Amino acid sequence: MSKVLVIAEHLDGTLNASATAKTVAAAQALSPESIDVAVFAADPAGAATEAATIAGVSKVLAVANPVNAQALAQVLGPQIAKLAAGYSHVFAPSTTFGKDLLPVVAALLGVNQISDLMTVESSHVFKRPIYAGNAIVTVEAPSDQPVIATVRTASWQEAARGGSATVETTSIDARLPTHTRFIGLAAGSTDRPDLQSAKRVVSGGRGVGSEENFKIVFDFADKLGAAVGASRAAVDAGYVPNELQVGQTGKIIAPELYVAIGISGAIQHLTGIKDAGTIVAINKDADAPIFEIADVGLVGDLFKVLPELEAAIG
Amino acid sequence: MKILVAYKRVVDYNVRIQVKPDGSGVVTDGVKLSANPFDEIALEEALRLRDKGIATEVVVATIAPTDAQAHLRNGLAMGANRAIHVVCDQPIQPLTAARTLLKLVEKEQPDLVILGKQAIDDDANQTGQMLATLWSRPQATFASRIEIADGKATVTREVDAGLETLEVDLPAVVTTDLRLNEPRFIKLPDIMKAKSKPMESIPFADLGVESADTLRTTHYEAPTRRGKGVMVKDAAELVAALKAKGLL
Ligand SMILES: Cc1cc2nc3c(=O)[nH]c(=O)nc-3n(C[C@H](O)[C@H](O)[C@H](O)COP(=O)(O)OP(=O)(O)OC[C@H]3O[C@@H](n4cnc5c(N)ncnc54)[C@H](O)[C@@H]3O)c2cc1C
Ligand SMILES: Nc1ncnc2c1ncn2[C@@H]1O[C@H](COP(=O)(O)O)[C@@H](O)[C@H]1O
Repeated sequence: MSKVLVIAEHLDGTLNASATAKTVAAAQALSPESIDVAVFAADPAGAATEAATIAGVSKVLAVANPVNAQALAQVLGPQIAKLAAGYSHVFAPSTTFGKDLLPVVAALLGVNQISDLMTVESSHVFKRPIYAGNAIVTVEAPSDQPVIATVRTASWQEAARGGSATVETTSIDARLPTHTRFIGLAAGSTDRPDLQSAKRVVSGGRGVGSEENFKIVFDFADKLGAAVGASRAAVDAGYVPNELQVGQTGKIIAPELYVAIGISGAIQHLTGIKDAGTIVAINKDADAPIFEIADVGLVGDLFKVLPELEAAIG
Repeated sequence: MKILVAYKRVVDYNVRIQVKPDGSGVVTDGVKLSANPFDEIALEEALRLRDKGIATEVVVATIAPTDAQAHLRNGLAMGANRAIHVVCDQPIQPLTAARTLLKLVEKEQPDLVILGKQAIDDDANQTGQMLATLWSRPQATFASRIEIADGKATVTREVDAGLETLEVDLPAVVTTDLRLNEPRFIKLPDIMKAKSKPMESIPFADLGVESADTLRTTHYEAPTRRGKGVMVKDAAELVAALKAKGLL
């Protein structure tokens, strides 16, 4: 039977509940004997208490250590590798946190990592995307080695809440490097819905034309109570900050409603949205590839269409 | 200082890859191959550090079949001083790639190794982190800015929450994100010059790397296609369509 260790993601002690609950959902698909969640922080109490409410979690391990204040992969990695000893699987979300960290654990344990786990076929057989999602492969990991995987959060529904796992405080004795120092985090504005967990997302592309023009996208998103995303071209042009990028190398999302405005629909962008419930595209070019995957398409000038839409929604 | 750049050859990012009908792989015959876009950015960054006088030598390395020489020539034409070709006819998994690169690191003793954050064929996003781990050196992944001074690198990283800055002691491993720079174009005279630059060929077997290709790919399939949607003619119709789906 599988025993799964899930590495919780948090920012300054606040749990990334959505990503963690989705990772737990992937762990549940293994029908495991137990799922433990580990929280590494300077003060893990708050995040650990919240993680304990995720259904299916047996135990939360709170690893308090001042060096765990920030998620430095080379500092957390050796601790997780030690903790992994009792587990058959170690999972983390396929966010920048998990992508940075889990290969360190895999290398310490001498195995390859399953990146972006989409489905669980059995305890050692999984599906994952390659070539920007243009092919899905079935991969089999050896059954005599730990499975280290990042979970593609867009493929999973959050595990339910209402659980009451026990929280256990532990310390891990590992030699940790001092060669890496955290200098700072310039975080984007947080007063909007979070792009990765929002039910609705409105994204703008190069067609929006400028940082000033992006106001029209933000206004429309506010009208819908939606998070705002962007194509790489819009981010590269400086219209919006990098953390809004959706796609192969940005965020992979699965909202109920995705509205693409002035986005052509390059494969690298589509990779990020193909699990969305309904995709709406507004583009002035009737031949834009985005219309090939849109559920509802409207050919038109965004500067004319968006005010009309806002008026029509009321 | 010396910089080692991992420079992988992959299917060009413009190619829409097709899965073979029998699920045994993807069609790569006759498909255009190019440098992994993130690795081109890695090389460009190394060259800029050399242009600034911070680096003195830039070495590109690839682990690839015999016919990858032209690929390395491109790296030399872009401006690398020399190239190392680890000749390996099978595709390898990230941990084996990291172990192989570690052998080159031990041989070359670089102060900085720059890799792409991910290869756009396997989309693994593992090798750089694994190399740093095996080498017991710092890692700064997903870099959008690198500054080198006093034996340290200050690296701005593109993370989900925004931009994180780390300071790492050298030698270190950095992996690139797309906004780090825009790679230069190769000019014709540079292609001529590249012909006389040194390229070392090392058979994979000679490096004594213990292969770690632990994962077995048993099947390939095309992703599920989304159903064909509808086109609406104006804002009112769009709103009606969304209301019909219960989204408004
Ligand atoms: C390795 C790699 C990784 C990448 N990763 C990503 C990624 O993660 N995410 C991503 O998005 N891209 C990514 N890209 C880039 C991708 O290939 C495209 O270049 C990018 O998505 C294009 O952005 P865009 O659609 O906004 O711009 P464009 O392709 O320039 O399209 C702009 C669109 O706006 C429309 N338009 C213009 N004016 C108006 C108007 N007034 N009204 C309505 N429509 C208008 C145009 O008709 C056009 O279709 C990646 C590329 C590479 C090589
Ligand atoms: N065979 C290879 N040859 C050269 N570099 C490689 C190879 N495999 C991986 N890399 C480097 O590791 C990075 C990440 O690859 P991956 O972990 O496979 O996504 C790539 O962008 C390259 O810089």
